[in-house]
Amino acid sequence: MTAEQIIFLLVAFFTLGSGFMVVTTRNLIHAALWLISTLFGVAVIFALLDAGFLAVVQVVVYIGAIAILFIFAVMLTRKDMRDQGPQMNRNWWFGALISLLTFGGLYFLLQGWNGLSKTVTEIPSGFDAVSELGNALVSPDAYVLPFEVASVLLVAALVGAVYVAFNRK
Amino acid sequence: MVPLSWYLILAAALFSVGLFGALSRRNAVAILLGIELMLNAVNINLAAFWRYGNVMNMAGQVFAIIVFAVAAAEVAVGLALVISVYRQRNTVIADDIDILKW
Amino acid sequence: MTTETLIWLIPLPPVLAFFLIVLFTNKNKALSHTLAVGAAFLSWLGSMIVFARALGVEHLGEQPFESSINWLPLADIWFRIGVLVDPLSAVTLFFVAWTVLMIFIYSIGYHNYGQPEGEHDHKGLPPHGATVEEHGHKHVVPSVEPMYSRFFAFIALFAFGMYVLVVSDNLLTLFVGWEIMGLCSYLLIGFWYAKESARDAAVKAFMTTRVGDVFMLLGIVYLYSVTGTLTFREIFTEDILHTLASVPSGFLGFSAAGLIGLLLFIGTVGKSAQFPLHVWLPDAMEGPTPVSAMIHAATMVSAGVYAVLRMFPLISLDPTTMSIIAFIGAFTALFAATTAVAQNDIKRVLAYSTISQLGYMIAALGIGAYVAAAFHLITHAFFKALLFLGSGSVIHGMEHGVLHTGNHHVDPQNIFNMGGLRKKMPVTFWTFLIGGLALSGFPLVTAGFWSKDEILADAFGHGHWWVFTTLALAAFLTAFYTMRQITLTFLGEPRTQEAEHAQETPWTMTVPLVILSIFAIGFGWLGIPEHFPALGGLIPNWIHEFVGGTLAEHPEAVEFNILPLLTSLVVALGGLYLGWLTYRGVNTPAEDAWQFPLLKNKYYFDELYTSLFVKPAYWFAETFIYKWMDKAFIDGILHIFDPLTNGLGSFIRNYFDIPVINRFFGDGSADVTYWFGGKLRVIQTGRIQQYLMYALVAFIAIGAALYFFVFSM
Repeated sequence: MTAEQIIFLLVAFFTLGSGFMVVTTRNLIHAALWLISTLFGVAVIFALLDAGFLAVVQVVVYIGAIAILFIFAVMLTRKDMRDQGPQMNRNWWFGALISLLTFGGLYFLLQGWNGLSKTVTEIPSGFDAVSELGNALVSPDAYVLPFEVASVLLVAALVGAVYVAFNRK
Repeated sequence: MVPLSWYLILAAALFSVGLFGALSRRNAVAILLGIELMLNAVNINLAAFWRYGNVMNMAGQVFAIIVFAVAAAEVAVGLALVISVYRQRNTVIADDIDILKW
Repeated sequence: MTTETLIWLIPLPPVLAFFLIVLFTNKNKALSHTLAVGAAFLSWLGSMIVFARALGVEHLGEQPFESSINWLPLADIWFRIGVLVDPLSAVTLFFVAWTVLMIFIYSIGYHNYGQPEGEHDHKGLPPHGATVEEHGHKHVVPSVEPMYSRFFAFIALFAFGMYVLVVSDNLLTLFVGWEIMGLCSYLLIGFWYAKESARDAAVKAFMTTRVGDVFMLLGIVYLYSVTGTLTFREIFTEDILHTLASVPSGFLGFSAAGLIGLLLFIGTVGKSAQFPLHVWLPDAMEGPTPVSAMIHAATMVSAGVYAVLRMFPLISLDPTTMSIIAFIGAFTALFAATTAVAQNDIKRVLAYSTISQLGYMIAALGIGAYVAAAFHLITHAFFKALLFLGSGSVIHGMEHGVLHTGNHHVDPQNIFNMGGLRKKMPVTFWTFLIGGLALSGFPLVTAGFWSKDEILADAFGHGHWWVFTTLALAAFLTAFYTMRQITLTFLGEPRTQEAEHAQETPWTMTVPLVILSIFAIGFGWLGIPEHFPALGGLIPNWIHEFVGGTLAEHPEAVEFNILPLLTSLVVALGGLYLGWLTYRGVNTPAEDAWQFPLLKNKYYFDELYTSLFVKPAYWFAETFIYKWMDKAFIDGILHIFDPLTNGLGSFIRNYFDIPVINRFFGDGSADVTYWFGGKLRVIQTGRIQQYLMYALVAFIAIGAALYFFVFSM
């Protein structure tokens, strides 16, 4: 067991545990906080995968914006500060069953794929992943178009969200 | 030397957990939390495949960036909707928002 | 232009005029009559040229002008039609062309061309006057005929029919011309179609002549079946005539020739109004007078005689047929003459006179007097047309008087309302007198004398005593009633106000009268027999030479005998004198000794035919066919179907359509869908988590299925 593997396992368990807590906590604020820890764990995973940019973006965007947004939403949708009632709906066991089936199915599919036990290759020296990513995002031969479309999408979402949640008083 | 399979299984597990949350939680915001987990699982998958495939091909990371953007947009709009519904109906329990039925 | 081409062209102008008038110039009166008269003139010109050329040919009878074309293809030969001008058709063309042209010109004046239109005139009724303002006071003048152009169109078509008949070289086109004239006769008798009497008369004429025509057609067909040809020159060859005379027809012992002759003669009986098919001609006087003159005096009725003349070589083969012809002719001559004596309508007298004179011609043919019959045909056409046109002129003058006095109850055609017209209408009087004298056979200076005398001479000379006496008696009566008519109409003093105010007619009417009277006088001199005392031999008997040449064997001139000449002188002069004597003092029908009911009512023939033929035909049509066959029987059968189909329809509707189609399929499928929908809709709870679960279950299921069955493990 190499050091990498140990670190990976630790981070993985941390992430999964936080994720589990996200979906089972009764208190929604707690759930949001657990989400933050899950996202943090995912950022570490990204760092382990040498996707440094992704890790930083994960922290900044997901934790810094989206999780905060969740907290705001939770606070705005509470009648009072107490947690009321059960947090699982009536057919939660069916949902559990389905998710187990999904996991099982995915695992099963993965088993049949022979590239599963690939090991990581060395990154060639002088390879700057970030600058390569930047090039890919703005190069006309590469992915500038999806990039622009994504920005349009964000504008649309912005306008939409503002409009939907606008409080006409 | 972490094999690729570990990352993939991690992503699959995270995905299933998120799925469970989306299916079983009563609160609408909690459902969205579950969806976020699923999207993160997808991102892990993408980054893993980038790293363990051809590193020169930035498609994996670019895809992950796009997923970030989509997730952000979706969360923003979704939460706006939940807030709006809360203002109308004074409830965020998903089962109570069932007007579009037979 | 060769004579043959000219002959082909003679019938053409009138038919062109007919079409042009009908299609284009109906509204324009002047243009219509110009077209018609122009066409008549062109045909007249053609006929005169052909006649002149015909005169120049030696032995025209053996080498006539003929031209024919292939017309109807039959199996391996062609049926040919064509034109033929031999001496008979040449002289016929002559008188037809003259009389037609004169009558066309006369019609312009008769229908009051140039007069104003009457206020109350209707198409279909005779015109009766227009009120005009003149010098401050109003009076009524004759008005123009509303259907002016139509008249000219019809008489043009008629002229076409007659010309076709005369120039044709075969029985088929002769029959075509015959029928065209029958049609025009119907159209023109019923010209004033709003008058019921005119309509009835037209139908009567057509029906009666149709009876004759059917038999004639049978004769033509039989002839064709025996000989295989209808062309005259081919029939009148030695071989064919011999065949016809010897082949028995199987009918009452007649030979083929006899039966054919008899059948063809029946056509003539109809067309030339001989007994028993004479009933239509007096009623045909309902038509305008030019019609009476042309169709029923000069041309159409002459066509019947012409047909017998034409087929003479065939008809004369059988002595029985000839006897029948002679009998009918003589009988008709006497019978019609007796009826004419009691008629009061100026045109009726002339109608019966026509029937009688035609009987003369038929009788002459029956005894074999070919040339005499042809001669009388020609002279009769001239003086009878003259007499009819004259009577039309008289009627016009009387109508003028009627319009003047305004008394429309006075019949302008009744001779008892006339009188003294010789002073009012001199030209009409003199020409009418000439015509009347010609009709009576006034000696020497009238054409009628020469032709009638020839018939009598032939009858006497060949020993046909009964025919001779009958015809002589008829001649006496002819002179008698003619003088009666002239005396009552023209002589003496006007008996009514209307006669007082009668006026002479315009030049378009009087000039034709004058021209025809020239022929009525002069034409007879072309037929003076050779051995006639004093005059014979001065002018060669051209008629005998020329017309006689038509027959294969030139007929012999009859021996001259003083007896028939004396007889005809006595009957003619005696009849005229007696007629004048009797009637110069008569002023009313009551004083007229000859008004026997039997004669006045035409021997009740109309009533007889009505009960014998007309009423049964009506019964058959109305009761038998209509009531019994059609309504009861056929409709009865149809009515059986009604409840059947109704029942079937109801059954299908109630037992199949409604329960199966409507309820089971239609409503049923709707109900099933509704029920399913009702059951299935519970899925839609509105809860998105449930939807998501359903989706995932389906996804997993499909994924597994795909994985295990499609993407093989």
